[in-house]
Formats: sequence, C-alpha cells, structure tokens
Amino acid sequence: MAVSDAPPRMNAVGSPEIVMHGLRERPRGWLGWLTTTDHKKIGIMYLFLTFIFFIIGGVEALIMRLQLAVPDGTLVTPETYNGLVSMHGTTMIFLFIVPVLAGFGNYFVPLMIGARDMAFPRLNALSFWLLAFGGVAFYASIFFEPPQAGWTSYAPLSDDAYLPSGGVDAWIFLIHLTGLSSMVGAINFVATIQNMRAKGMGWGRMPLFIWTILVYSYLLIIALPAIAAAVTMLLTDRHFGTDFFDPTGGGDPVLWQHLFWFFGHPEVYIMILPAFGIISEILPVFARKPIFGYRAIAAATVSIAFLALLVWAHHMFTTPTANVVLVFFMLSSFLIAVPTGIKIFNWIATLWKGSIVMKTPLYFAAALPALFVIGGISGVILAVFPVDWQLHDSYFIVAHIHYVLFGGSVFGIFAGIYYWFPKMSGRMLSEGLGKLSFWVMFVGFNMTFLVQHSAGLSGMPRRIYDYPESAGWWGFNLISTIGSFMLGIGVLLTVINVIRSIKHGKIAGNDPWKGNTLEWFTQSPPPENNFDVIPRVRSVEPMKDIRREVKKAGEPAGSVAQPVASGT
Amino acid sequence: MQDRPKAFRRRPLALALAAAGVALLALAPVASAGIFTPEAGGSPNADAIDRLYRIVLYVSIPIFLVVEGTLIWSLIKFRERRGGPEPAQIRGNTPLELSWTIGATVILVVLAGITFIYLGDIKNPPPSDPGGLASGVQVASIDQPSPPPSGGKTLDISVNGQQYLWRFDHPGGTFDYYEMVVPIKTTVTLKITASDVQHSWWIPELGGKADAVPGHTNETWFKISKPGIYKGQCAELCGDNHADMRARVRAVTPEEYQAYLEQRAQGIKEAQTGLAEQRRERESTATDQGAQDGG
Repeated sequence: MAVSDAPPRMNAVGSPEIVMHGLRERPRGWLGWLTTTDHKKIGIMYLFLTFIFFIIGGVEALIMRLQLAVPDGTLVTPETYNGLVSMHGTTMIFLFIVPVLAGFGNYFVPLMIGARDMAFPRLNALSFWLLAFGGVAFYASIFFEPPQAGWTSYAPLSDDAYLPSGGVDAWIFLIHLTGLSSMVGAINFVATIQNMRAKGMGWGRMPLFIWTILVYSYLLIIALPAIAAAVTMLLTDRHFGTDFFDPTGGGDPVLWQHLFWFFGHPEVYIMILPAFGIISEILPVFARKPIFGYRAIAAATVSIAFLALLVWAHHMFTTPTANVVLVFFMLSSFLIAVPTGIKIFNWIATLWKGSIVMKTPLYFAAALPALFVIGGISGVILAVFPVDWQLHDSYFIVAHIHYVLFGGSVFGIFAGIYYWFPKMSGRMLSEGLGKLSFWVMFVGFNMTFLVQHSAGLSGMPRRIYDYPESAGWWGFNLISTIGSFMLGIGVLLTVINVIRSIKHGKIAGNDPWKGNTLEWFTQSPPPENNFDVIPRVRSVEPMKDIRREVKKAGEPAGSVAQPVASGT
Repeated sequence: MQDRPKAFRRRPLALALAAAGVALLALAPVASAGIFTPEAGGSPNADAIDRLYRIVLYVSIPIFLVVEGTLIWSLIKFRERRGGPEPAQIRGNTPLELSWTIGATVILVVLAGITFIYLGDIKNPPPSDPGGLASGVQVASIDQPSPPPSGGKTLDISVNGQQYLWRFDHPGGTFDYYEMVVPIKTTVTLKITASDVQHSWWIPELGGKADAVPGHTNETWFKISKPGIYKGQCAELCGDNHADMRARVRAVTPEEYQAYLEQRAQGIKEAQTGLAEQRRERESTATDQGAQDGG
C-alpha cells in the first residue's frame, strides 16, 4: 500500500488513494468460466446446465408418451421404460427444478439485496460443480444400466436382490452429490440473505423472491439429512449386507418410505416456493401496483414451509397404517391448502384494478395461479385419504404432480427467464416468439395433463409400459401424447428465442420493465462488482423510490446514473 | 415500449377458458365414472368413495370457477390503457384477507367432517347379505379370527403379491393364482402381503388400493352383489413386468363358489400326486442310471 504519487484518477479531490499491486489477471474464455467464483457467472452456468437436463428429461418424457400413444406399444422394452420413468423423474427434480431455482437465486439474491457477491463465493462454485458431477455420475449409468425403480426407489425393489446392476447406485451417488450441492448452496443463501442486505432492508422490506429463497434454503437444510441417511442405508443394504429395508433380515420397507417422504414432501415445496417468489416479483411490476398483502405472502411462505414438514405420510395412505395417522396427515395436508390459497388470492388481488402491461413474463406469471389452482384442488381431493385409496399411484397422481410442478414451478421458471433475461444478457427476448411459445406451451400442457386425471379415474396405474386396448385408456393417452409434443415445441420456441436474442435481441437498458427491486438499479448485464454505490433501502420497492427521486431531481428517468440516487 | 391493448389478442384466452368453464359446469352433474369420477359399482366401499369424491369435487368446482374467473376478468378488464390513470396503490386489505383465510379454513373443516361421516362405510367391512355364503351354504373352514362389530360372517382370503402374479389362499387350504373366485352377497375381507417386492392390490370397481408390503399385512374388503368379472392390476412399480401384473376377481353364486373350492382342491390334490409320481419316476431312473454307472 502506498500513498500515491501517481496522478489521481477517479479521485478529483486529491485525498489519499490505495493502489493495489500484484493483482492477478482473471483468466478469460472458458477457463474464466471454469474457475469463476462470480455469483452471476455461476448463476448462468447453473441455468445453462439445468436447462440441458430439462431438455434431456423432456426427451425421456416424450419417448414414454410415444410408447403409450397406442395400446400394446412396442417402441421400448419394459426395462427401458422403467429406466425412462426413473431417469425422467430424477432428472426433472434433482437436476432441473431444484438447481434451476438455485441458479436464479445465485444470480439474483445478491443483486436484489444489494450485495456484491454471495457470502462464500468459492463454496458457491463448489455447489455448482457438485451438481455437475452429480449429473454426470447419474447419466453415466445409461452406458451400463440405468436405475429402474422410479425416482422414489422404493425398497426392496431397489435392493441388490432385485436390481443388482449399478443403476440404483448411480442414483444414490446423484442424491448424495446433488444433496451436498444443495446443502452447501442453502447454507450460502442463508448466510448471504441474513448478513449482506443493503442498509435499510429490514425483514419487512426484503423482496418476496428473497423470502422464498431463504425459506427454500432452510427447508433444504432440514430435509436433506433424511434422504442422505436413507440412501446411505440403501447403499449399505445393497453392498455391505445390512438389512435396514429388507424384511427377511428384520428390516422394514415402510421405513424407506417414511425417510424418503420426510425429505420428499418438503422437496415439493422446495421446488414450488421460489417459483411463487418469482411471480410475486413479476405480478406487481406488470400490474403497476404493489403486491397485495406483502406480509401475508411472506407469512404464508413461512407457514407453508413449516407445514410441509408435517404432511409426508400423505404419500403413504395405502400402506398398512393406523387410522389416527391417516387422519392426522389428512388434516395437516388440508391445513397447507390455507396459506397456499392465501397466496393465490393475493396474486389475483394484485392484478385487480391494476394497469396490466401484457408482456410475456406476465403471461407466464399469470398462468401459474391459473394452473396451480388445479393442482391445488386435486391435492385437496387426494388429501381425503379414502379417496386417495382409489387415486393413489394412478395417472390422477401423475396429472396432479405435473399441475403442481410444471403448471406451478416450470411456468414460474419460464416467467423468470422472460423477466430476467434482459438483466442477465443486456438484451430483450422477442415478445412475439415469447407469446407464441407461451400459448403453445399452455395449450400443450393442458392437453397433456388434463386428460391424465381421467385416465387415472378410469383405473390406469402410473409407471406401466403398456396397456391393453380393452382397458379403454387409448383416447386419453393419445390426446396426452399429442399434447406433450405441443408442449415440447413450445419449450423449443423459448430455447430458440433465447439463442437468437443473446446476439440479436433489442438492447434492454438498465430497467426495461420499470422494476421494483434493486437488480434493475445496476447495468444490464451487471458489472462484476454489481453496484458501485449501494442505495439505502426505504421501502419494499426501492427502485420505485429511486425513480421518484430521480424524477424529482428533474432528470430523465431512463438515465439513472447510479450515484445520483445513492442519497443516503 | 408498451403494447397497445388489442382486442384480438385477448379473445383466445377468454374464449378458451370461458368454454372450459361452461363445459365443466355442464358436464359435472352428469359426470360419468372414469372421466370425472372414480370407478365404482362393484362394492359398497367403492360406491362410498365415489360419493365422497363427488362431494369434494362439487365443493371445489365453484372455488375453481371463482379463482379462474376473477383471474381472467382481471387480465382482461384491468389492462393498461394509453393515458389511463395510474392505478391506486393498494397494499392490502386486512378484513378481506382475514375473511378468505377463514373461509378457506371453514371449507376444509367441513370437508374433514364429511370425510369422517363416510369413513365408516368405506373402512369397516359390513356383515354379509342374506343369500351370501355365510348364511347359505356352510363352508366348514370359514376363518373368523375377529368378527366384525356387526356380527355378520365374512370370508377371509389371503392375497400374496409376487413378481408378477397374485396368489389367493382361500379358507381350507385351497389356493389359486391370477383369478380370485368369490361368492356374491358375501363380505370378503382380504389380508394382503407380498413375498418379494412391494405391490399394490387394486380393483377399481371394488374399492381403493391396499399396498402389499413384504413383512406387513394390509387389509381391505369388498362385497359384490351380482356375478361378474372385475379387473384391476398392480399399482406399485414392482419391476420390469409391473404392467403385466393383472388381477381378476370373478364373482359367482355361493353354490358355484362351493363347487369351485371342491374342484380346485381336487385339482391341487391331483397335481400334487402327479408331482410325487414324477419325482418317484425321476428318482427311480436316476437310481437305475446310478446302478448302470456303478456297474
């Protein structure tokens, strides 16, 4: 350190200046990506990688739909079909939805809370690479024999006596690696959100997306140990002669279900809450109105998370279970519908009497409550346990989870892509292509999954590789298959949109949507340090305040020079 | 920057969703089994599940319509208009928020109450009807470890799931695979387990599923009033041929059931005798060969 004799640069007043020596130059090109600890680059790598897995998982789904399009399909063998079932579910949950939300979190948590990076940047890089290796370890199994016990890997089917090949082991490694990735990432999010918020951003001024990422992180920290323990026990059952889940040795297959779902149900909310957060950011921006009931939505998020830990056995209503347990889990599952309903009402109330700007992000964001309410209603129907005895493990369940996870999470994720792409790339996505993609996806989605309710109601179990013509399920399945290809085309349109717009999109500027939160305060894409000056936060919509200040100062609102609004 | 609201852009969404809503309303009252409601008609428990399902469905239809309706209405009605006024910056409304929270809770409490009303009909096996097996032809070996509270006799059949078939053990040591033959008008209670991986017993028209878990015994029941064949299949992924693990229940008159048991017992006996003969033959040839080899 030296008090500089050199000519002052940015420093006009001539006060002492710190000169740094020996700062190593950052590697450029692919090496730069490989070694980065910048939360934005890591976020983009997350989004890119998880989207590749989304496409792969989607192709697996389309192969299954083709197989089921006609009775007695012969496209794939039963073993391949079970492999596809297992790979599709595992990929979409562990390699797409959970990590893509971590990707959005990585990119936008520091920006939205006015921080310069995550709390632990290197740990952040570690969580990305653990995810990548988890995906590689899992997909390596397709060169040997993929897992065939479903994404739930129920014992004893997943035990070595019935599936001796390495597929289930690859699945176990995936759970461990992605689990560690999520755990490390979750700790990082908690540390970042609790400690690094801009001045003035109290709990009551935290953006709702940040609330959901915080709750997502706590849920991961609570739920992941259960599955980590369960898969480790399965691993020792498979290879070291233990009998945790093997009844012939005194173990219990039902124990697996309890451990799995103690993680598995919170996992559902881990997948949906950040999507709720995304649309809670988008709806007020495009309605030009504050979010309706900020506190209620934040409180609902926390109470959903708490209740999510108390409903796991509603996945097990058909196992031999005492009445009192059935009743408890029915009531707890009912209860979780209340905070979820509150959110839906609040979103609609946000749009009510707004001045809605009909852009693509709003289309996807408004589709979420429209579709999720169907998943929510079928969820209440399924929570009535005697009714669940009929519908459990049928296509009704398949329809239900897809309305929740595709209609909910994935439409929310797409809303996030259209909303934040300008910030990440500096360019706008095409509106025309975006709306086309939306409509094709929306119609395709409903065509695929609405009829699956009926297939389930008429007795079609899930995870079957074929069905006889006499079963009467052909019509439902054919409609579903046609719909699934439409859905695929819709997704493809967005992929094309993204690829095209990276180079050729309209220049976005700092704040193309007139956003409410701090990420719109910086440039698009943001510089490596995010903000030169971090503004003091005075409300839940800091950007609105800043625009007002700027307007008052008499400058054109478009040219927000950062220091102007720093007014602390 | 802003799109001008264009009428033709709103129309598809509005029309599609309105049409869907109307279709749903129109079809709900005539909801037929398999499209809007679960399969039923074979057994009283399946019928009770169907009635319970319908109640929950009918309660949820208005909620669905209100939510989708206000959402679509808002998206159409409150679009940005050029030169329109700035929207009122409403941040919430505590009485409104409280009332929908309480409203949602009340609806769920009511649904829970209705579930408890139907639970008994679905869960507890009733006594057999007059003309059923227990009151008509007597089977000497009807097991009755714990008679149902109503006191009527039931027929116990053990069900065992195995990759990829079902084994049925009737009272008196008679067993069969693939097809369960049962008497009509008789309450049949099933004791369900599995001997390898997990399976799930499901004949949709005869009620809900019961998982077949190795090391556990699960229970369910049905009572069929008219002869016929009821089909189902395994509902828990159990391996490569999970889809081929079908189940059939054939309901016959008590007399025919009696005859079936006798015939089946005879068949098993013959098969066993045949097996013993085969073994003896095999052993004797083996001994012959052994003698030759030795000599």
